[in-house]
Amino acid sequence: MKLSDCLMAAGHSLRANKMRSILTSLGIIIGVGAVIAMIAIGTGAEQRVQRVIQQLGSNIVLLRNGTSVAGGRRGGSGTRVTLTEQDAAAIERQVDAVQVAAPEVRGTGQVIYGNTNWHTILYGLTEGYFTARNWTVDEGRMFTGAEVRSAAKVALIGKTVARELFAGEDPIGKVIRIKKVPFMVIGILGEKGQTPWGSDQDDVIFLPISTAKKRVLGGRRIKGNLVAGITLKAVSAAAVDEAVRETRALLRQRHRLRAGQPDDFRVRNISSFLKARAESSQVMSILLASVAAISLLVGGIGIMNIMLVSVTERTREIGLRMAVGARGRDILLQFVVEATALASIGGLLGIGLGVGGSEILAAVAGWEMVIEPQAIILAVAFSAAIGIFFGFYPARKASKLDPIEALRYE
Amino acid sequence: MATMIETQSLTKDYVVGADVVHALADADIRIDAGELVAIMGPSGSGKSTCMNLLGCLDTPSAGSYHFDGVEVSSMSTDQLAAVRNEKIGFVFQSFNLLGRTSALHNVEMPLIYGNTPARDRRPRAVAALSAVGLADRMDHTPAQLSGGQMQRVAIARALVNDPALLLADEPTGALDTRTGLEIMALFQKLNGTGITVVLVTHEPEVARFAQRILRFRDGRLVSDQGQTPESAMALLAELEPDAAVAPVPEAAA
Ligand SMILES: Nc1ncnc2c1ncn2[C@@H]1O[C@H](COP(=O)(O)OP(=O)(O)OP(=O)(O)O)[C@@H](O)[C@H]1O
Ligand SMILES: [Mg+2]
Repeated sequence: MKLSDCLMAAGHSLRANKMRSILTSLGIIIGVGAVIAMIAIGTGAEQRVQRVIQQLGSNIVLLRNGTSVAGGRRGGSGTRVTLTEQDAAAIERQVDAVQVAAPEVRGTGQVIYGNTNWHTILYGLTEGYFTARNWTVDEGRMFTGAEVRSAAKVALIGKTVARELFAGEDPIGKVIRIKKVPFMVIGILGEKGQTPWGSDQDDVIFLPISTAKKRVLGGRRIKGNLVAGITLKAVSAAAVDEAVRETRALLRQRHRLRAGQPDDFRVRNISSFLKARAESSQVMSILLASVAAISLLVGGIGIMNIMLVSVTERTREIGLRMAVGARGRDILLQFVVEATALASIGGLLGIGLGVGGSEILAAVAGWEMVIEPQAIILAVAFSAAIGIFFGFYPARKASKLDPIEALRYE
Repeated sequence: MATMIETQSLTKDYVVGADVVHALADADIRIDAGELVAIMGPSGSGKSTCMNLLGCLDTPSAGSYHFDGVEVSSMSTDQLAAVRNEKIGFVFQSFNLLGRTSALHNVEMPLIYGNTPARDRRPRAVAALSAVGLADRMDHTPAQLSGGQMQRVAIARALVNDPALLLADEPTGALDTRTGLEIMALFQKLNGTGITVVLVTHEPEVARFAQRILRFRDGRLVSDQGQTPESAMALLAELEPDAAVAPVPEAAA
């Protein structure tokens, strides 16, 4: 008996009992649906983390200034500026777990080129920042350590700024004015797109930190060697915690903080933030995984049950098939194929449920759901495997029937 | 003529509770290839039991059975299945058709388990159905057929694989005299092409077309007598001079 004959026979038998077939595969439908949703959530969360890492850089720890307290009135984050360029240099030099410590200053300002102008965010940075935050340069070049030390009037512009100011013209080598100071554009930053929270990361201009402080961002608070923040890149994911611990100890010592005193700076561990996010989607995944496991088990048992019923109901048919020459393995194959077809139909309907459910979850709960073709192939293969596994026992039972007894069965 | 069926002390006992039913006891049967044999006997005398044993469907309690020179009890279940598929056509007393399945598919079924290429199945099934005069009922399911038509579908199924031995358990039981005659004419014609036919019947009018009659009583073979068979075709022609007799299927020819 060929597989095509078995498929025909299975289709015939399943169509003869439509309602029963659908009810039987309900467990598989729900199980596969849950598997699809689970994988969609998992992949979605993972891709989100990947995207954030790609945007922020991996193994990143952010140091920010603390808050000022004046007469019980707290000024909010960054109001008490204590971090310095020397802190950054000391961290990079003394903490082994830190690969790069890049200080930064920030501000906004009007930028003019020819007769167009644009308001954008200005960063004063060192060359280490590019490494720490995975920034690339699309055209032109980054600024060098020498340019940072000599406070050269060079600028790297983001894609958005390039578009708004130059409208198709090649910006490299052109002179722009930032707060009236002329800067030469030496490079265009690689595109980063939007942050997960929706701000445009390409609407920026990078300047050497020295130039920025001296010429454009010299404000009240950030003067001398003070900086707005330091970006740390740990040498590896495993080294992040150590980097945080040692940096804190070093800064407390450098800032002469006594044992009881609170930190005068804040540490934001991006990796742990991402981990927390991944964990919360993991809870959902585990929940769906248990639903999937139970449904698939119950669905499998349901299939076994209905196949046993079917074998009993069709005992005479089995006897007849044997009487006209079916071998045990022909009967076995026929019933295994039927169980597999039943499970696979459940699997296909379950994919529909999973895709639909994922979209609803994405819309209602705001989860990012990503359905990959592999997940669908996996689901179909898995449900077919359940059909084979749970259909085997009833099919084997059928194949072991004695032809004459089966024919006489009432 | 070569011996096709040879049994020695073939016995089948059934144990029902504390009793042992001797459905068939010490039967010595010999049937040569090309014979047309009728088995007769009262109800419960062991005719169906004997047919099931001869058809390699059942295993005897004792005794031996050589089919085509091979001891059946020495064959594996797969070998038995192959013998049933290729060499034996069986018409059951209770038709045993698949419900909700067209006559054509019922007749095609044995071919699925043989070596017939898929594209040849349909023409062969059509030929077998035409041979029993059901060419116009091929798409009907058993529920849409009369008892006699179901009987003929069962016969077509037995013939479709071109068997060497045709076993029919009361093939005319459900048919009117005329249709019964037609079936017997078909069997005689098939027999004429070399197929060995063994049929069970209650009716002496049917048995007269056989070359030999085996009579059973209480599980025992009580008589074995040869006779000159009458021609069913001639009788049909007498009944209705213009009636065309259904042709023998190509497969069997
Ligand atoms: N599976 C069985 N279990 C127990 N006894 C059985 C079984 N099959 C048949 N018998 C018994 O064996 C005997 C012979 O039965 P069998 O079916 O061969 O009769 P038969 O000659 O075909 O009768 P009929 O003309 O009514 O078809 C009967 O007494 C019957 O009760
Ligand atoms: Mg009988």
